[in-house]
Amino acid sequence: MSPEIKPDFLISPEGLRVDGRRPDELRPIELKVGVLKQADGSASIRQGKTYILAAVYGPRELHPRHLTLNDRAYLRVEYRMATFSVPDRKRPAPSRREKEISMVIANALKPALFLEEYPKAVVDVFIQVIQADGGTRCAAINAASLALADAGIPMKSLVPAVAVGKADGQLLVDLGDEEDKYGQGDVPMAILPQTGEITLLQQDGFFTREELIEAMQMGINSCKYLHELQKDALKRVYVRNPEDGEDDFDDDLEADLGESEIMEDE
Amino acid sequence: MGDYSSETLSHIDRKFIEDLIRKGERLDGRAFDEYRNIEIEANVVPAKAEGSALVRLGDTSVVAGVKVLVGEPYPDSPDEGVTMVTAEMSPIASPLFELGPPKEDAIELARIVDRGVRESETVDTKSLCIEEGKKVYMVFADVYPLEYDGNLIDASSIAVNAALLTTKYPEMKVEDKKVVATGNIVKLPIKNIAIEHTVSKIGNRLIIDANLREEFVQDCRLTMAVDQNDNFTALQKGGGSGPISLELVDQAMGMALDNAKEIKDLINAAVKDVE
Repeated sequence: MSPEIKPDFLISPEGLRVDGRRPDELRPIELKVGVLKQADGSASIRQGKTYILAAVYGPRELHPRHLTLNDRAYLRVEYRMATFSVPDRKRPAPSRREKEISMVIANALKPALFLEEYPKAVVDVFIQVIQADGGTRCAAINAASLALADAGIPMKSLVPAVAVGKADGQLLVDLGDEEDKYGQGDVPMAILPQTGEITLLQQDGFFTREELIEAMQMGINSCKYLHELQKDALKRVYVRNPEDGEDDFDDDLEADLGESEIMEDE
Repeated sequence: MGDYSSETLSHIDRKFIEDLIRKGERLDGRAFDEYRNIEIEANVVPAKAEGSALVRLGDTSVVAGVKVLVGEPYPDSPDEGVTMVTAEMSPIASPLFELGPPKEDAIELARIVDRGVRESETVDTKSLCIEEGKKVYMVFADVYPLEYDGNLIDASSIAVNAALLTTKYPEMKVEDKKVVATGNIVKLPIKNIAIEHTVSKIGNRLIIDANLREEFVQDCRLTMAVDQNDNFTALQKGGGSGPISLELVDQAMGMALDNAKEIKDLINAAVKDVE
């Protein structure tokens, strides 16, 4: 029941957006890895007011068994929105929209994974939208690919994603809720950053061919920036800074072992 | 990391936990009547939910959010609003939870927490009436477990109550048979607060706030809602079919009463700064 007010304009006379961003500017993004203790891998993303948690369980035994794939693991993605994540209360049962988004997210992530390493198993990716403020499927992909890395699933790369859209005739990166609702279109996309290949692409609204190409180019550029943020988030958890002076002993230990082996040989 | 392949525990673990408890000790060194560390973060969904809270109870965590809608009253209470608590055991929270429609444990969780709120008359439903027999406010509090390491009930109860205490919504009125906003933002009318305390019976000993491994070993659990005047407003025996003596029930009620004030103080402190 949060009041929804349609803004008078989406692009100000100065060329700025409703929240004061430039057209190619992302919202403030906070990525965290390893946020849920029970999961094998997890991550959270705050992108503007959007807040999403992703957890990975597996590879583990697949139930029901009839879904089993004999040459690779089954990637099961479940994207769900909390009832209180949207202005009106969302009905608790999974909607058709949630099912479709789960599927496109799975397709966006799959090309980055070596699922053939785990035949017959399942890798479960559970995504919970706590607060939705536009761009949830892309934010979900950003978090889910970090959670997969955190779970130690073999990957070719992380998968960054962003929604490009159009409002007041202007192409915009990372649409907020109002731009999504009152703008003229939306192009969510995800890429493999090494090759620039697109793994998620959807579109609604009105775009000319030129606009669409330009929008996708903007999306790829933003995805490459997001990829850097993703790598930083992983490094914060997994790479120890040598300046902290804590990993000195690792080297010492190796050296000691080496010496003792030589001693025994003699 | 919780790598339980099924809801079973090895015989060695089971005996170890039972022996410890017989000796008066617990796995994590807590006293029998001691909760794990409780952290309450209020208003975690400020942009979309009317009220919300995230609660950590040791390594168990849940998020609760409140939505306030306008709807029609039940025919048997035309001048009262509606409150409802739901819970979902989403598989994000534990390798033990599976996908699919809610099973009995999720339904039990929701109903226990719902009764704690409803029976204690936490929300003053009479003042949730907009027009008698036609329009009332409907208050939905929904719980999502995020990490499951035992005692979801108490964590959910704390989260729901904290979320209700932070709830604010736009006031509505009926004008020309249409519901319109008055422009005022009002606080949810709260009459009472009842928090649920869950005590597990293991052998002939009682422990409060069991963690997951202790839950596996328990004979049964007893959940008690204690309101702000130390009344019991809801009870539920569950979590196993083991019988429990009246003497132990009495002892459990004592443990609940001993913890009731401290937890309510924690909630009040957490919601104090939410404006």
